Amino acid sequence: MSRTQWLFWASLWFSLTGCSFLSKDETHAQQGIIYCSEGSPESFNPQLATSGTVTAVSHQIYNRLLEQDPVTGVFIPSLATSWTVNDASTKYRFKLRHNVSFHQTDFFQPTRDFNADDVVFTFKRIIDIYHPYRFVNGGIYPYFQSIGFTHVVKSVQKVADDEVEFLLHTPDSSFLSTLSTDFAAILSEEYGAQLELVGKHESIDNQPIGTGPFQLTEFQYDSLIRFQAHKKYWQGPPSIDHLVFDITSHNASRLGKLITGECDLIAFPSAAELELINDRPEIRLEKNTTLNVSYWAFNTKKPPFDNPKVRQALALAVNRDSILQSVYFGHATLAKSILPPVSWAFDQSLKKPEFNLEKAAQLLKESDVHEGFEMDIWAIPVSRPYNPNATKMAELLQADLAQLGIKANIISMEWATFRKHLNAGEHDSVLIGWSADNADPDNFFRPLLSCTASYSGQNRAQWCDPDFDRLLQEALTTTDVARRIAMYHQLQQLLQHENPVTPIAHSLRYQATRTNVSGVEVNQFGGISFYRAKKVAL
Amino acid sequence: MSIYIIRRLFLLVFVLTLLSIFSFSLGYLFPGDPLTNFTGQQDIPYYSVPELRQAYYLDSNIATQYIAYLTRILQGDFGISFSSGASVFEEIKRVFPATIELACYALLVSLFVGIILGSIAAMKNNSPIAKLINYIALVGQSLPIFWWALILIMFFSFQLGLFPISGRLSLLYPIQHQTGFLFVDIYLSDASYRTAALKDALRHIILPTAVLSMYPTTVMLRFTRESLLNVLDTPYIKTAKAKGMSQTQLMFRHGLRNSLLPVIKQIGLQFSTLLTMAMLTEFIFSWPGIGRWLVEAIYQRDYTAIQGGLLIVGCFIIIITVLIEIVHMILNPLARKDLYASR
Repeated sequence: MSRTQWLFWASLWFSLTGCSFLSKDETHAQQGIIYCSEGSPESFNPQLATSGTVTAVSHQIYNRLLEQDPVTGVFIPSLATSWTVNDASTKYRFKLRHNVSFHQTDFFQPTRDFNADDVVFTFKRIIDIYHPYRFVNGGIYPYFQSIGFTHVVKSVQKVADDEVEFLLHTPDSSFLSTLSTDFAAILSEEYGAQLELVGKHESIDNQPIGTGPFQLTEFQYDSLIRFQAHKKYWQGPPSIDHLVFDITSHNASRLGKLITGECDLIAFPSAAELELINDRPEIRLEKNTTLNVSYWAFNTKKPPFDNPKVRQALALAVNRDSILQSVYFGHATLAKSILPPVSWAFDQSLKKPEFNLEKAAQLLKESDVHEGFEMDIWAIPVSRPYNPNATKMAELLQADLAQLGIKANIISMEWATFRKHLNAGEHDSVLIGWSADNADPDNFFRPLLSCTASYSGQNRAQWCDPDFDRLLQEALTTTDVARRIAMYHQLQQLLQHENPVTPIAHSLRYQATRTNVSGVEVNQFGGISFYRAKKVAL
Repeated sequence: MSIYIIRRLFLLVFVLTLLSIFSFSLGYLFPGDPLTNFTGQQDIPYYSVPELRQAYYLDSNIATQYIAYLTRILQGDFGISFSSGASVFEEIKRVFPATIELACYALLVSLFVGIILGSIAAMKNNSPIAKLINYIALVGQSLPIFWWALILIMFFSFQLGLFPISGRLSLLYPIQHQTGFLFVDIYLSDASYRTAALKDALRHIILPTAVLSMYPTTVMLRFTRESLLNVLDTPYIKTAKAKGMSQTQLMFRHGLRNSLLPVIKQIGLQFSTLLTMAMLTEFIFSWPGIGRWLVEAIYQRDYTAIQGGLLIVGCFIIIITVLIEIVHMILNPLARKDLYASR
């Protein structure tokens, strides 16, 4: 063998054995989970944001006073162990849990456990303009402002170390739901006081301290978020030691990383990729119903859409089955009401919406809308959880309307501009939707169809019906659940009759996980919990 | 010789000055307020504007401003990033070593493989093996890096599941950042999972290195081959042959040593190409280096980051090129002779 040949064989041998040396070593890796998430959170404090990206992160760090089962609507104790409401429904008292400790980090060592001061501190930040943190990091609390929290809550007071009291201006039956949302996370008063002393107020939201199962250890913008287990978590330490959010905004890259095992689970696999995932034995696909709806809203301020008959006719022209197939690839359920069927207030007696072009033509004729009528369909330019492809949906509608002799123009523009013009009510009709923030049915009606919402433009149908509003307000101030259910049924019947919006689909949320990971819980408002997550060797 | 070095250094200083002037002017050329572009602070409260303008000499003449800018960057103050709010210099210190590391491995691989294959091709000139090597070199040189990377990913990662497709190290192995060079950091770290991390890092580096080394390998290969063919044609090789030296002795004693000088020069010339390609490779493999960082800064219109990143990468390339030229001059007597002759 000449020397060059020897060199060749030697390098070949080296490269081959090198590969076997590179086999995976998984003992340490088993104690941690990597979640490939879709983007960087704008803050760690959910009070300051409404996006699902923020709540997915804050859900690991913080707890709330109580939680709500999305299906039954039953409240589950969390940091509060029990609560009482007075007869007028204006005074809520919460008994707080003992022995709940806050995260202990390099920059904060708590000297006391969670108590009433923390609850008062947390909620006063939103309602009290003299609170030292009221205007820190922007001072805008979008969720609480959208539901008029400051107008509902009069005060929050400490009664004893383990008891707090909320006084309300008016009864609000969605109050407990509000406290159970991810946005009502409990902050540490002691940490706040410590930061105030050194004048680093903004750190309260950037270097968060909570009571949740994981504490933040590292954040690199657009790259990663690293957590470690909170060993003194009040429900017992989580079963994994490390949790990493690998921020991967590109859909295909997330899928790629899932396949190679660089991620243990990924956020929002896109509907078109689901088939590909299904074929892989090492990946498990889980389906979750979420509280969302996509709908077609008619601008009821503009003729002829002010005529309920015209709206009904257009609603009859929606071929929901074909939309479910081509827009959602079958990953959605048909919507009968604006309220998803999983909600406790859903009216089971609602009829399945018809697709009937003859009847539609008849109704249009009766209401003087003739062939050659032109209308605009605005389609949201972005993909949202409730509607992956509004343009395609609009094209399907366009084809069906053409059979009725209606010429539909599809309007689309850049997202921010789109919303601006939409708020100004310049549209004829729009394909849009809604994802719920909490399990209360009110969340599907008041922000979407009330008169106040029509003033702010959030009511895409510009619909304002005094009867509807009265019923809505009544349903909100009633605490008797049976009566509330009856009222919401009435509201849904009214909507099906009036058709200011015609509901189209409730999309499903998918979660793709590698089969060796279990126990990850996805809730219906987009929150994801890793507390019970486990990983075994393959 | 020393005069040559001084001349090179003057050129270096001149180019660096031009580069810094360009980078400085970007502060004005980018849209928006120069104060924001220089400091990186986007919402400057009105009461601190005068103070900041004074600290940045923005109200003085342009020369003073430039000097102030130079002073700042020499102290490592490039402002803060628009998007992350962290110091640009700190961020560059975090990402740049990753790029250099990747480029170095690729360069090593390309030297090793390129020189071996190039020598074989030259020695067995006109044989089928040499032809095959030449074909491979030609194909390798014309492969678009994007396509090549995707092919490797498809085969090795998705089909065989051998190598990961992103990053330098699994995120479950936190290794403390000390030098920024991952293997050094792993060696220095006292984590219990050091060996596992090392294996994982090796698995991560193979594909990017393979992709990035493709082009420089073909360049090295061609240069080694051509230069070796020239050398083998010279009278002293014939003399050596006539003296009865074996083929191997001939290669190692006379052939390679003399033919590698032009190859060294190529290292310098290829370095900037290599760095550009490294940026592309980083983007494909989500390698946390300066290329990916810069591309993201451009996407997010992070002007301070673009300004600082361009300046540092530019300076680095210029310095390396000049250094290698000087080294080449020291090693290569022929080039020195040229220099004296031209003087």
